[in-house]
Amino acid sequence: MFNETNYIDSVNNAFTFIVVISAALLIAITIIMLYFVYKYNAKRNKKAVNIEGNMTLEIAWTIIPLFLVAGMFWYGYLGYDALATPPANAYKIKVIGQMWKWNFEYVNGVTTDTLYVPQGKPIQLDITSLDVSHSFYMPHFRFKSDALPNKNNMLWFQSDETGVYDIACAEYCGLNHWNMYTKVHIVPQPVFDEWLSNKKALKDGGTVPVVDSNTVKKDTIAAPADTAKKSDGNKKK
Amino acid sequence: MSSSTNDVNVSYLDYKGKHSGLLGWILSVDHKRIGILYLISMMVFFTVGVTFGFLMRLELIAPGRTIVDPQTYNSFFTLHGIIMIFLFIIPGLPAVFGNFFLPIMIGAADVAFPRLNLLSWWLFIIGGLLAIISVFLPGGAPDTGWTFYIPYSVRTTTNVIPALIAAFILGFSSILTGLNFVVTVHRLRAPGMTFFKMPLFIWSLYSTAWIQVLATPIIGITLLLVVAERTLSVGIFDPALGGDPVLFQHLFWIYSHPAVYIMILPAMGVVSEIIPVFSQRTIFGYKFIAFSSLAIAFLGSLVWAHHMFTAGMSGVAMIVFSVLTFLVSIPSAIKVFNWVSTLYKGSILTDPPLLFALGFIFLFSIGGFTGLIQGALSVNLHIHDTSFIVAHFHYVMFGGTGFGIFAAMHYWWPKMFGRMYNKVVAKTGFWVLFVGFNLLYFPMFVMGWLGMPRRYYDYLPEFQIYHMLSTVGSWILITGLLIMFINLFNALKNGKKVTEENIWNGETLEWSTPTPPFLFNFKEAPTVESGPYEYKRNEVSETEVKEEKV
Repeated sequence: MFNETNYIDSVNNAFTFIVVISAALLIAITIIMLYFVYKYNAKRNKKAVNIEGNMTLEIAWTIIPLFLVAGMFWYGYLGYDALATPPANAYKIKVIGQMWKWNFEYVNGVTTDTLYVPQGKPIQLDITSLDVSHSFYMPHFRFKSDALPNKNNMLWFQSDETGVYDIACAEYCGLNHWNMYTKVHIVPQPVFDEWLSNKKALKDGGTVPVVDSNTVKKDTIAAPADTAKKSDGNKKK
Repeated sequence: MSSSTNDVNVSYLDYKGKHSGLLGWILSVDHKRIGILYLISMMVFFTVGVTFGFLMRLELIAPGRTIVDPQTYNSFFTLHGIIMIFLFIIPGLPAVFGNFFLPIMIGAADVAFPRLNLLSWWLFIIGGLLAIISVFLPGGAPDTGWTFYIPYSVRTTTNVIPALIAAFILGFSSILTGLNFVVTVHRLRAPGMTFFKMPLFIWSLYSTAWIQVLATPIIGITLLLVVAERTLSVGIFDPALGGDPVLFQHLFWIYSHPAVYIMILPAMGVVSEIIPVFSQRTIFGYKFIAFSSLAIAFLGSLVWAHHMFTAGMSGVAMIVFSVLTFLVSIPSAIKVFNWVSTLYKGSILTDPPLLFALGFIFLFSIGGFTGLIQGALSVNLHIHDTSFIVAHFHYVMFGGTGFGIFAAMHYWWPKMFGRMYNKVVAKTGFWVLFVGFNLLYFPMFVMGWLGMPRRYYDYLPEFQIYHMLSTVGSWILITGLLIMFINLFNALKNGKKVTEENIWNGETLEWSTPTPPFLFNFKEAPTVESGPYEYKRNEVSETEVKEEKV
């Protein structure tokens, strides 16, 4: 089953696969090149030998790289394929970029500037923009998608662990492009439900029944923070 | 112009025609003088571009404000990009060394259309000045990034229109040069010079010229449409008027990706010249290197949408463009393998041009391999628009094309000016440049993978160490540039005089012209009988070597 961990793993694996092959080839090319420059230096090798080419070698170094890049393509495609089709039961949240902040709109009409999602549930993000192009980027989850004003782009993920991670804007959008950081909080389902209903109550203008929004925020952060993996970073000072 | 032949048998540097002094240069239709004009103007723009790059890196040495505010920083990277791409890398090899050496290397007296050639330079200067002027006009320097992405480029109040028109004019300069080169290669080759006897630098310029002619008009019309969008609100790209910003991205990259190959192919051509000459042997796999240039030009025109994997394209488009992107790596790999094989059993002279060519192979390979990383769809969604991309294209464009330009300078400088630079200083410059380069750009790969987005004025504290290393690298790199350029320009005055025709023992035609070349290049029109790198004198020794082995 697709979840946070195995999606991150699939991107990391594709990356590692390509890096290892590339590094091996780069080192081989460099060593051979330096060896030739040393061995056939004019000081040691007065007379050069003309070799116009070698068909077997040419075919080999065309075909072998073709297989290597086919493997690289396939690894990259696998991760993308998993990301392209969200499950039908995914919980939908609208993401709206604007200069220079993110807004998150939940099904009950609640709008926030920080993303809260329930743990262990597939989440589908429908991403759009109010003004110029932005790009919704969650580095920890290894993906991003452009936020365009005339279009909905989709990302989905499922995190089986709680945690707090960075959200950034990756498409240059003007003066404060660098300061569109916010956070995603992955919290247990009951905490999420309580947070959402409190937000709803606030929005409807009623008094908040149990706690005010500040304490809710603190609670929800405090609860998962204990179990969370290390955050990807702190919000900008 | 005088009809007497004696008058033209003087160096192109000393020749006096209708005009003299400065006018004798800026109104000259001689391809060599135009090449020098491009060289001087390109160096001026390069200096401006480096300055913006230096200031960007300085701002990023520590989090928070260091020297400028965000608006100024945004203008810095916009101008750095526009100047380096349109005014340095694109004209760098074709317009400077192509103009100077393409006619000579095919045995012609000039390009097919000398006046058009001069017009290209004038358009280049007008476009370049307009780009510089856009910084100082009221409204403020453009801040859109060199990509001019809509809708931001329609919303911002800065001087985007002058910058767009500048790029439009520069496009025409590039088209005219390309057209000139295609016709020159087809019509003006010396008797006996068939296509497969052309030097590989000419093959690469020829492939490049076709991309210039076919792809540049698309960016021209696209940039004009952005101007129309800003002034007349026509609603082609602007979503607020029913337009589609992704359409702009497609049109922009349909040119701008092939443009990357306009930038890199001639540098590959330079490396293909230098390696056999400094190995003193024939090139390995001539036809494979020649055809791989055409393959790169062709496939490179079909991969543009890999810049848009996060824009929400259809699944089919994603897969097709990912596959094509991986395929375009094959002809580049073929070139690298053939270059390395050319060193085999050579008699290698480690002069500065070879050092820069080997530096090219190493840095370009890193650029190429990291391109594979970005071509993988799932990985791309993570590293797209991060500093990983910035590192990748600087490895390709600066480590590749930039080092190619420096290699060409060290290779042809004595032929162009009849003066030799100090080789020890040149090698020192190379190593300083090489170390600075890697320290400047390699940390960007690391922080890009860790999630540092590009075009950021400020950053999270965990990225500081990489930014600091990178900034220190920029200082070392600039030191290397200074050592190299001071050495080259000092040689013009104080360098050892070179009068022999063939100082590197090359076999292409430019080494059979006087040094510096005469106005019409050759004492008498050459006839070509053998290929460009045959090194026939080696052939006797080949049997000797075999006998030794037995």
